Amino acid sequence: MGASKLPGYLLGRVVKAAIVVLAIVVCNFFLIHAAPGDPASIIAGQSGAADAKFLEQLRAQFGLDQPLHVQLWLYLKGVLTLDLGFSHRQQMPVSTLLWDRLPATLLLTGAAFLFAVGLGVTMGALAARRVGTWGDSVITVLALAFYATPLFWVGLMLVLLFSVTLEWLPSFGMASVGVEMSGLEAVLDVGRHLILPGLTLGLFYVAVYARLTRATMLEVADQDFVKTARAKGVPEGRILRRHILRNALLPVITFAGIQAGQLVGGSILVETVFAWPGIGRLAFEALLARDYQVLMGVFFCTSVMVVLFNLVTDLLYALVDPRVEASA
Amino acid sequence: MKEFWRNFARNRGAVVGLAILLGVLALALLAPLLYPGSPWDMAGMPFAPPGEMGMLLGTDSLGRDVAAGIAHGARVSLLVGAVSTVVALVIGVSLGAFAGYLGGWADDVVMRFTEFFQTIPSFVLAILLVAIFTPTIGSIVFAIAVVSWPPVARVVRAEFLSLRSREFVQASEVLGKSRLSIVFGDILPNALSPIVVLASLMVASAILLESALSFLGLGDPNMMSWGFLIGSGRSVIRIAWWMSVFPGIAIFLTVLSLNLVGEGLSDALNPRLTRNRGGKA
Amino acid sequence: MTRLLTVENLTVALPAGADRPHAVEDLSLHLDAGEILCVVGESGSGKSITANTVMGLLPKGLPVTAGRITFEGEEILGLSAEALRSRRGRRMAMVFQEPMTALNPLMKVGDQIAEALQVHGQGHAARARVPELLAAVNLPDPAAIARMHPFRLSGGQRQRVMIAMALALEPALLIADEPTTALDVTTQMQILRLIREIQSRKGMGVMFITHDFGVVAEIADRVAVMQHGRIVEQGPASEILNAPRHPYTRALIAAVPHGAAAARAAIRPAPVLEMKGVQKTYQRGGWFGARATVRAIHDADFTLNKGETLGLVGESGSGKSTLARCVVRLVEPEQGEILFHGTDLRPLSRQGWLPYRRRIQMVFQDPYASLNPRRKVGEAIMEGPITHGVPRAEALARARELLRLVRLDESALERYPHEFSGGQRQRIGLARALAMQPELLIADEPVSALDVSVQAQVLELLAEIRQRLGLTMLFITHDLRVAAQICDRIAVMRRGAIVELGATDQVFGAPKHEYTRALLDSIPGREWTPPELSESA
Repeated sequence: MGASKLPGYLLGRVVKAAIVVLAIVVCNFFLIHAAPGDPASIIAGQSGAADAKFLEQLRAQFGLDQPLHVQLWLYLKGVLTLDLGFSHRQQMPVSTLLWDRLPATLLLTGAAFLFAVGLGVTMGALAARRVGTWGDSVITVLALAFYATPLFWVGLMLVLLFSVTLEWLPSFGMASVGVEMSGLEAVLDVGRHLILPGLTLGLFYVAVYARLTRATMLEVADQDFVKTARAKGVPEGRILRRHILRNALLPVITFAGIQAGQLVGGSILVETVFAWPGIGRLAFEALLARDYQVLMGVFFCTSVMVVLFNLVTDLLYALVDPRVEASA
Repeated sequence: MKEFWRNFARNRGAVVGLAILLGVLALALLAPLLYPGSPWDMAGMPFAPPGEMGMLLGTDSLGRDVAAGIAHGARVSLLVGAVSTVVALVIGVSLGAFAGYLGGWADDVVMRFTEFFQTIPSFVLAILLVAIFTPTIGSIVFAIAVVSWPPVARVVRAEFLSLRSREFVQASEVLGKSRLSIVFGDILPNALSPIVVLASLMVASAILLESALSFLGLGDPNMMSWGFLIGSGRSVIRIAWWMSVFPGIAIFLTVLSLNLVGEGLSDALNPRLTRNRGGKA
Repeated sequence: MTRLLTVENLTVALPAGADRPHAVEDLSLHLDAGEILCVVGESGSGKSITANTVMGLLPKGLPVTAGRITFEGEEILGLSAEALRSRRGRRMAMVFQEPMTALNPLMKVGDQIAEALQVHGQGHAARARVPELLAAVNLPDPAAIARMHPFRLSGGQRQRVMIAMALALEPALLIADEPTTALDVTTQMQILRLIREIQSRKGMGVMFITHDFGVVAEIADRVAVMQHGRIVEQGPASEILNAPRHPYTRALIAAVPHGAAAARAAIRPAPVLEMKGVQKTYQRGGWFGARATVRAIHDADFTLNKGETLGLVGESGSGKSTLARCVVRLVEPEQGEILFHGTDLRPLSRQGWLPYRRRIQMVFQDPYASLNPRRKVGEAIMEGPITHGVPRAEALARARELLRLVRLDESALERYPHEFSGGQRQRIGLARALAMQPELLIADEPVSALDVSVQAQVLELLAEIRQRLGLTMLFITHDLRVAAQICDRIAVMRRGAIVELGATDQVFGAPKHEYTRALLDSIPGREWTPPELSESA
């Protein structure tokens, strides 16, 4: 039992992730073909902008006159060499568009995620410790309220309050327009722009994590090993930290992995509301222009993000829970 | 039934939720009587603030009555929420039951499939589906159902898996009952409580999902919906806050009421349902 | 001897709405240093509540309303939470029932023992003491075990770790709450001996909570018998075990299976069921991990003759339940023959099996899981015959008759399972099986989830019905005393194979296989033969 099975476990996860990515590509391919109408015009975007010559060019590129499996193969080969197609609207390769927008989205989702986990777990732990008190009730009610509020509406309401009425914070974009700034000043400027969208995207998940942490902490607190700790005279504070919280974090990690896709989806709405120049905003622009190549690129790119994030949570879980090795 | 109601009513939030839900339902049913005519028609001056010029909740940039839009939007929200949940339930319950009862390779295949759908960013997929199949009420319901069935499949599969090895099911096997009669007579009735609770929560997330889609301009162009109202108010929020505030409150109340009812059901049916759901874009 | 612990007139209230007002009522007992006091009672008698009160570990909903507890000359009921905490682990320690869940799954066992030292200011000694303690509870390679997480250890090993942890600060009082109930007999005996040995070496006082009179006979110096939250009788072990006075104690002891194999009428060889070369293996491991193959059943041939009861005996994981489930096709073995009156059942289809479903029936272990909670008792009993084409009226008449046979009122037909107690449900399960009028009955641990007094009733009923209906029976149990009482022949299973098969008195009187001998030696209180008590005393 000395030799760790961890590498094998991780290898398994990586293979699985690769299969998921591959399946998404196949999924994309069949979506083009399942859609009503000529695949070429769908790839080109249907608003009539595509001329006949361009359609011909697309037919050749995707081998649309060839049998389906050949087309699939061509498509797969393209995607695997990171050729995600060409946006006729923006006159740019889709992959370039995505690369340009990726950092903004990573900044937004990353900030929102850390904010949500940090505040959510703290609030949940506090609520569990004071179960039944007014503080617990407030947290429970807040969680319920955030569950029920549409993300984009929260964004608009924050704009209404902090930008329109109070004029404290900027309501759109990632940096002030037309002002030259350097170093720290520029970072702070981005930070100011990040507050509202980050808050909007994060608040819902604060509620989710608070609820989850509260529930699992209460569940763990009932388990036998907590009683064992008490029976050997461990002080309550230490029981909470070393025994309850550590065990209660396992479901939180699992959940972080599961909801990663939701977080990315939410960023589309938030970026739309705040004109945040990320992938979500790109998706919205593509949507308005019916630019399907870009939309599929967004789908592919966000899926890969989620798959990678899941790999990280799997690794984290394996590091925290020794039992993973045994069940790999 | 009496006992069920008593347990449900013990959760005061659930009763409040049920009352709100019934109110929204009444609004949806009475919309054509309260606001006859199309909600798309001009009813007054553009940008009339709430309470002025006979407009309870004000008018939008084209002079359409926001209150009429909300009343008619309730029909769409509830309809999409209910129908897509039913479709998702049909998919999820069949797949989950299949995987959980048969186990083995069938379970493996179905669960890999389900995991796949849970991994991919569901909202992005929904956008893609609606965009490609052009926004109609049908494609919206379809897209929402496609992204909402995986939790059902998981819950049903877990229930079936645990019930299948329960001794009373084994006893039925030993009595020589047919597979169908075991699945429908022994397993399904005992797996029903978590499915019912989950369903009420799914209607809530479907409504949120529909509103998010129509906010992005992916609503059915012939049907007034809450998300569309907020979306059209977005760019003029500085001059007409009421255009986005009131439809948002409508969504909030409806979704909240469904969540409350779900919790009440969960208390009343007392299932072992984990409350950590992740169904919101 | 010094008086270690005195409990006087202790009363602990139950929350409103419970089946009685007090969990423990007017309870007095005492414990000296160097003595083992067994607190015996059936489930719900208040024995665990008593132990938790002494430790100061009562849940909030159960307040102490009266009484005094004196520990080492000090009144401890009024002490602050901190004062109690500083005594827990240091002066008094506790071992729990469920070793599988009593250790923190994320902490190495060495760290968990070290923590007990640290929180009482002895952290500096941990490095040296932890291996010492693990060695003291007879764990091999203590240094390696200390570095392991609990999931790598077996139940018995975990319980040893728990004991090592409890002993870390050499407490004066050890409370053991059913510490062996979740363990197999052979492991149970090892743990009992370990507790006994350490106790006499250190001169501790031990309060040992159990429901098993065999364990009492094995380990107790003194005994206190509890019923409904009160102590009904206490005294020296020899007195209570051999000359109980209180009717409840007498009833409990009378219900203990006596373990002596009665002489049986010879069974004429007329095979009903023959198992030949049946083999079942399980594959473990996922798509990418290393696969492991577990042989669940192999070398387990036996023949069951008409009218005979064959006991399949073994510890958990020995394959006895799997073997029984092979007979009714709940488990499908990949090899071998299952001959029922000469017909091989193994290759039959689900359809082909149907006629045999009437002739082979099964009774299950868990009375709470073996009845569909959403189906009325009458329906549960009738659905088998109706499935096989018996008219409803006839099935109903048969159900009525069967309820009488298992001594339940006819009104049970219209009620739901949750309205019945564990013993009653087990009888309903029996009626459901008998409704098919089977000739072969498979009983999978039918009494092991029941309290001893209920156990005795069900066993008696089973014996009577078997006699009256001329049933052939395959009886699976882990309890050798039960097997001795009800079986004609016994097959001892270990790791998927039958290691010894013979007439009951022969297996018990002159065991051939060493494993059988080890099993027999592990029956707790083997030296003690329950006295013959008349029921009405």
